[in-house]
Amino acid sequence: MNDTLANTEKKTAYILTLPAVLLVFSIILFPIFANIWISFKEVELKDIRIPEPRAKKIVKSVSNEPSKIKILYKLRNSSLIQEIRDVSFQDSFPKNFEIENLDPRCSYEKYNLKCEFGNWQAKYRENFQVIFATNDGSKIDKKKLKSIKPKLDGKSDNILLNTNFTLKNFKKVLFENEFVDLLLTTFYYTFFGTVGSIVFGILTAQMVNQKFYGRTFMRSVLLFPYVAPVVALAYTWELLLDPNSGTLNSLLLNYQIIETPINLLGQKYIEISVLGFEFKLRLALTTVIMFEIWRYFPLAFLFILARLQAIPKELYEAADVDGASPFQKFFNITLPQITAVISILFMIRFIWNFNKFEDVFLLTGGASGTRTLPINVYQQGFAISDIGMGSAVSIVIVVLLLMFMFFYFKLLGKRADEN
Amino acid sequence: MRTKNTILFSLISTFFLIFLISIWKILATLQGLSINSFNIEIIFIFGFLISLAHLGIGDRIKSIYKSIIFSSIFVFCDGYLIQKLPIWYNVGVFLILYFFTNKISKYTFIGLKEEHSTQVILFDFLTLFGILFFSFVILFPFYMMLVTSFKTQIALLVNPLDFSINFGQDIKDLFKSYFVIFKSYKFGKYIVISTIVSVGTVIITLLFAIPAAYAVARLNFFGKTFLSTSILIIYMFPAIVLVIPLYTIFSQLGLRNSIEGLLIVYTATTLPVAIYMLQGYFKSIPKELEEAAILDKLSWFGIITKIIIPLSIPAISSVALYVFMIAWNEFLFSLMFLDNPNSFTLSRAIQYLSGDAETPRQYLMAGSVVVTLPVLFIFVYFEKYLVSGLTAGSVKG
Repeated sequence: MNDTLANTEKKTAYILTLPAVLLVFSIILFPIFANIWISFKEVELKDIRIPEPRAKKIVKSVSNEPSKIKILYKLRNSSLIQEIRDVSFQDSFPKNFEIENLDPRCSYEKYNLKCEFGNWQAKYRENFQVIFATNDGSKIDKKKLKSIKPKLDGKSDNILLNTNFTLKNFKKVLFENEFVDLLLTTFYYTFFGTVGSIVFGILTAQMVNQKFYGRTFMRSVLLFPYVAPVVALAYTWELLLDPNSGTLNSLLLNYQIIETPINLLGQKYIEISVLGFEFKLRLALTTVIMFEIWRYFPLAFLFILARLQAIPKELYEAADVDGASPFQKFFNITLPQITAVISILFMIRFIWNFNKFEDVFLLTGGASGTRTLPINVYQQGFAISDIGMGSAVSIVIVVLLLMFMFFYFKLLGKRADEN
Repeated sequence: MRTKNTILFSLISTFFLIFLISIWKILATLQGLSINSFNIEIIFIFGFLISLAHLGIGDRIKSIYKSIIFSSIFVFCDGYLIQKLPIWYNVGVFLILYFFTNKISKYTFIGLKEEHSTQVILFDFLTLFGILFFSFVILFPFYMMLVTSFKTQIALLVNPLDFSINFGQDIKDLFKSYFVIFKSYKFGKYIVISTIVSVGTVIITLLFAIPAAYAVARLNFFGKTFLSTSILIIYMFPAIVLVIPLYTIFSQLGLRNSIEGLLIVYTATTLPVAIYMLQGYFKSIPKELEEAAILDKLSWFGIITKIIIPLSIPAISSVALYVFMIAWNEFLFSLMFLDNPNSFTLSRAIQYLSGDAETPRQYLMAGSVVVTLPVLFIFVYFEKYLVSGLTAGSVKG
């Protein structure tokens, strides 16, 4: 009895979860394996379109003979590179149509025209013409005739499914493509973006944890950059930072803080001298990181605020009795209480920033030294149209992420052991 | 000790005043006023003197009179003698000074003698500074987005800093950018598509997620722990990695440029979040209710529709709002899968608009306002539900 109950429970559970699991597996897990497959192939964007036999039907009257009609099919192979084999053709006609000239490749039975065209080379084209006459001499409805579409079928190789593999893509990714620079840019972007958003998150959470008028409103406002659509925000920033008539440059010029406009999103380096030391700052990358911090510190803010509100008040009251200063309270009570949440945040934000595509893409398109790995996936796959290379870069991303997660958890585990 | 604290207090408060007035000046400049200098030296001297005088006078004058007197003196000197600017600008300066003098009125000589008094002051002013600074930094781009959409290209070329809106003009001229994007750029259609995609994603996600979350929360089955951990891991997984295989598969299946294709992908990417949030809530519903239902021979379908769903309306609506917002804001997949202007979503349409260098910026900003407003509206209106959901770690971004 108990056994059957457990069995039905199991069955129910599988029925309930199956749709969700199937969908997620087919759209998320399957593509990850497909990525591995594609990354070992030489595939370009134009190869993935399956070649199709196509026919355009043109209906023409025959002069002086109203009971006759000429039908022209413009046949072609849609692919410029691949052959289609065993092309078959079929079209149907009204019940009073008799064929006048039957092509040897075709047969006409029961008012159906069937043809076997054999193999079509890439770029194949043919004008195929048939003439019909009505057997009762009635008028021919051209429009109706045109509305019947011919059916074509054929076999072709799918480049994605054959078993030719190559290591070329990975060789190219790792050795040719300024891989170190790419990796460094991605690392700067991820690391400083993550640290910056956490620092600002701590500051704002500490601030909103104070009591003041309009505090709930402030909490909503702080979340605006996080919930608003990235497209709108990126273009607004681009407008603000535009070197020619952007608001920021105009303001700085107006107040005579700078003499010539700065192209914050289009200049790779800017020379800065601090205490006599000259060094080059990656300007566009810095701006993009600023945008990232601006957009994502709200998440850190929310997590940290929730943690701050859970710290028992007694701790602070005891510190007051001991005569601790506000800074001592912050460093000795608040900070230790939020380290756990910060380490989770660091991991989440690090992973997400590492994969961030939209922000950089919309702001700079990866130009002027802001090309990160995700941008490279897009550029390889769609700008250069090399799908195989794009996949190889994706695989590199996944491997790096897995490595990061492995070391991070190991480190966390070690620290947890020590405590 | 006392002198040092007095000077520190005056310095900190003066810097705060400079910051306040500078922000006001920037905002005034953007209304077309020609202000070419922050006059930091003068404000510094005034601010320092006001802080000192405030401490010196102490309680001898009622603080409200004190504030009014200080503010008036400052406005008179700054506005009337140094820069001749319109009356509304000076009213603003007066209000800022009034706010500032009110803020410093709680500090006295006696208070300054206390232990850690400078740190307390620094902390207080930093908090205040932070609130204003972050409000400014966050709201400024949104403000610019809105104001730019009401300007014309010519007006912006003549004076790139004049963002004042002339409310006297005809409504048609004022909202010209909006009329143009709806008429010439078919934004009405894109709103419909975005809405269909987002609402559709919400419905399908909930249909799939509610039973799955119920099973994970309540039933015992082989692979349950594996399922719940893989939900979390999939949730962390990068969308950019999925793009190329999905693109190739969708191309071959003819799902690109179709609403169905977007719906499938959006549902799959939001499902893990939805299941994770819902199962957490379902676990908090008392089990006894279902046990009674099982005795009544209610099937699992009955349990979910008659007990679980009515009890978890708040959680379901917050998940629905989130999924809606994610789908509405989504950009990466709409960029990859849509290249026919007849099937664009709003985000993709704006990106397409910006691809043409000739597009005037006010159209771009009007489009941005159109795509941003619904999300911000939903967020502010349902803030309470959404914030608790956010901290549950729900929204990916």
